[in-house]
Amino acid sequence: MSLLAFCEWLAATQGSIALHESLYMYPLVESVHVLALCLFVGLATILDLRLLGKVLRGVPVSQVADRLLPWTIGGFIVMVITGSLLFYAIPIRTYQSVWFRGKVIFLLLAGLNVWIFHSGIYKRVTGWDMDERTPWPARRAGIASLVLWALIIVFGRFIAYNWFDCDIQPQSAFVNWFAGCVVAAN
Amino acid sequence: MLLPFFQWLEKFWLGQYVVGSNWLFPVIESVHLLALALLGGSILIVDLRLVGLGLSGREVKEIAREARPYMNFALVMMVSTGIPLFLSEPIKCYYSPAFWVKMWTLAIALIYTYTIRTKTTRMEFVHNTARRQMLVGALSIALWFTVASAGRWIGFS
Repeated sequence: MSLLAFCEWLAATQGSIALHESLYMYPLVESVHVLALCLFVGLATILDLRLLGKVLRGVPVSQVADRLLPWTIGGFIVMVITGSLLFYAIPIRTYQSVWFRGKVIFLLLAGLNVWIFHSGIYKRVTGWDMDERTPWPARRAGIASLVLWALIIVFGRFIAYNWFDCDIQPQSAFVNWFAGCVVAAN
Repeated sequence: MLLPFFQWLEKFWLGQYVVGSNWLFPVIESVHLLALALLGGSILIVDLRLVGLGLSGREVKEIAREARPYMNFALVMMVSTGIPLFLSEPIKCYYSPAFWVKMWTLAIALIYTYTIRTKTTRMEFVHNTARRQMLVGALSIALWFTVASAGRWIGFS
């Protein structure tokens, strides 16, 4: 089964239709998604800024990381659950959205960034815990995180707009390719 | 009573400029959202500490002092992007209960943040401060939570 076929199947399920058509559930899920952003991206930003030596310079990096981790993880879980529900409500259009696809790529890169940071420089954090200006790999992780999450927010917000939707043709060849549009040959 | 004023605002060039563009509203909205994330982080890090969570090993004073420039910056960004968003649809806002809930709670939250909350975060810690801190932090979270939720709801009404 192709991903598109899966999304078509998903879109025909009762839950998807109910969520899509609900007067309050969909806005409610979207609001929770946005509010969890403050918890997750907001607090992750504090850690990123600490890595760059821009805030809480007197606090050890590991203390900032450890103390904020439960909150960022909690926020992230809420983001994933509500985000999945938002996708579930509008599967096909979202799957064929250039913004959604861009967002997924940036999400994967953000995950990769966390993995590189934690399996690399953060293992030796005791050596630079109190540094105001942290080692380059740590600063690099902070910059990458700030940029990627900003892009994820903007692309996420843009999913709601239909400039590049597959059913609005003609689109450029790049959009049709990247969004996976099925364009009828004429 | 305010309706004529909002009708007058509807014709203001800045709002008309936003309405006339396909891209401007979403772009400004995105910056509004980015500033929200920063505002959320810089307020939450202090409020969490006030209620005894997050960076509980550090002094409230220190965290508040460090977070303050980011909170101020984020608020300036929120307001300066919020104004053109509002001006692009003043009449819609006028008839939206969510808009009025947001504006009233925003006014209360701003006054509260720069008076009671600031004063509390600057207090020297004495044995009975913890209770006050907890209350002040919890109220701050509740207020800003309402502002943000009502703000999101403007878009649905």
